[in-house]
Amino acid sequence: MSLLKVEHMTQNFGGLQAVSDFNIELQGGELVALIGPNGAGKTTIFNLVSGFYTPTEGSIRVNGKDTRGMRPHQVTALGVSRTFQNIRLWKDMHVLDNIRVAQHYRMGYSIWDAFARTRNYMGREKEIDRISWKLLEAMNLKEYAYEVPPNLPYGLQRRVEIARAMSIQPQLLLLDEPAAGLNSRDVEELIELVRWIHDTFHISIWMIEHQMKVVMSLCSWIKVIDFGQTIAEGTPEEIQNHPQVIKAYLGDDTI
Amino acid sequence: METGNKLQRNAFALAVISGCVLIILLAQFKVINLYIQSVIMFMGINIMISTSLNLVNGNMGEFSCGHAAFLCVGAYVSSITSVLIMAPNDITGAPFLPPELAVLVFPISVFVGGVVAALAGILVALPSFKTRGDYLAIITIAVNYMVISGIENLSVVGGPRGFMGMKKVVKSMYELADIPWMMIFVALGTIFCVLIIRRYVSSTYGKGVNAICQDEIAAEIMSVNTNKVKLVTFMLSSGLCGMAGGLFAHVVGYVNPQSFNILKSTEAMVMVYLGGMGSLSGAVISAVFFTFLLELLRPLQILKWVIIPFTLVLLMQFRPEGIMGNKELTDVFPKLRKYCRFK
Repeated sequence: MSLLKVEHMTQNFGGLQAVSDFNIELQGGELVALIGPNGAGKTTIFNLVSGFYTPTEGSIRVNGKDTRGMRPHQVTALGVSRTFQNIRLWKDMHVLDNIRVAQHYRMGYSIWDAFARTRNYMGREKEIDRISWKLLEAMNLKEYAYEVPPNLPYGLQRRVEIARAMSIQPQLLLLDEPAAGLNSRDVEELIELVRWIHDTFHISIWMIEHQMKVVMSLCSWIKVIDFGQTIAEGTPEEIQNHPQVIKAYLGDDTI
Repeated sequence: METGNKLQRNAFALAVISGCVLIILLAQFKVINLYIQSVIMFMGINIMISTSLNLVNGNMGEFSCGHAAFLCVGAYVSSITSVLIMAPNDITGAPFLPPELAVLVFPISVFVGGVVAALAGILVALPSFKTRGDYLAIITIAVNYMVISGIENLSVVGGPRGFMGMKKVVKSMYELADIPWMMIFVALGTIFCVLIIRRYVSSTYGKGVNAICQDEIAAEIMSVNTNKVKLVTFMLSSGLCGMAGGLFAHVVGYVNPQSFNILKSTEAMVMVYLGGMGSLSGAVISAVFFTFLLELLRPLQILKWVIIPFTLVLLMQFRPEGIMGNKELTDVFPKLRKYCRFK
């Protein structure tokens, strides 16, 4: 059974077809990129997969479960986690709390446990704490645990957002333009980080990215879309020389 | 060493409890007169109102302008429950239970008022799944009017004339033993309310509320069941406010629908904004301060409603974040952390 299976996914916004007949199958452990010009429908595809929109047609299966009709938090609980194009950390909560709250779906206690501070509650909170600290340590964020995100440099905020997504313990991590707004040194660090996450946790990573340096050095498979249509897919080398891709990015030479 | 630490960590809780016991003893031995007693009881009730509203307006970032609706529901339901069971009335005639049991029935009736108010909270919680901000604020105002108008048209409970009879229930408690019962119950209710809210917002469950306030979409994607958290938070807030209403009704001994109109909701909001959004200790401090202010300005009579809103104007100009901002007392004075156990 495949980790993610998207079949004939189509999304219409009124008369606009944002995504048409999109297919992808991930077995687990891949590093895949989704590229395309601005407005091609990349983020829409992520919004569909993470359950934020329901596709007009087609199906999305995560570990064999159809996600149609599920709310985003239920899809996340299946093991699909994501980051956002513009960082969406909770700004008034320190980094540790950001990590803690993202473990909401496996708190394992009810509201009554929280009121009565039962043994179950104490044990579960301790466990959440332990996992959070372990993750912060692994991501080199331990010293910033009690900082609020706006006080951190942009590169670190990215790192915190990826850490928050990882605290879900996902099987599939969706990264929406992780290198956007980063300087070249941060980009190097990001590439290292993504590679490290991939090698350490053996999860599938699917990213939208404009910086070819990131895509080419990380991903083994690339899908290219334009105006919602899949125009090419293949290895980085194949994509680099694909005539359709060049046409989509640089335009036709016929006027 | 261990016991010493334990004593130190619980010092704050012990101080609060001994403070309450002291006030109750002062009331028992008539050191403080009935007027001061009633001010202290209103202080407790106001603490319950402001902390429960703070949960929605401060922590969740919604704008509830109809908090008095839940106060009203709690006040009426608990009054009706206690009067029907404990006092002779027009509807059921003779009381069901002997007056000696009033001490037991009263807290139960307050609790029932809280539960029904929590159910009334669903009226606001369900629309909140889809709407936010100003639009939800309008819904809360609508709920406030619905509740008041509904009760005004219920002639069984007195309609616009109001409902009374709670004094008899309270009286039978004092006949059982001459100790300041109402004071004790208000103190218990206040401590219960603050403790529950404290435990809720410090749990990972309750931190989901702050996450919804700051970025609802991120919260939903990061596995927070936002609808459920909203439902729980609204019900908790309105339920605790309903309990405050039950206590209020029995302290005053008389309720009428118009005492729970939009002015009362505004009072609750003033307390929250005065204290600082999302700060539990701020809500407690401002409730105490606000009750004092109301009593200090009492000689000015109706003019106080010029001065109090004016202080609000000054507050918004010079310290819009309120007394405490979104900080807790322990953030402002880190040394206090030694004396109270928060996690």
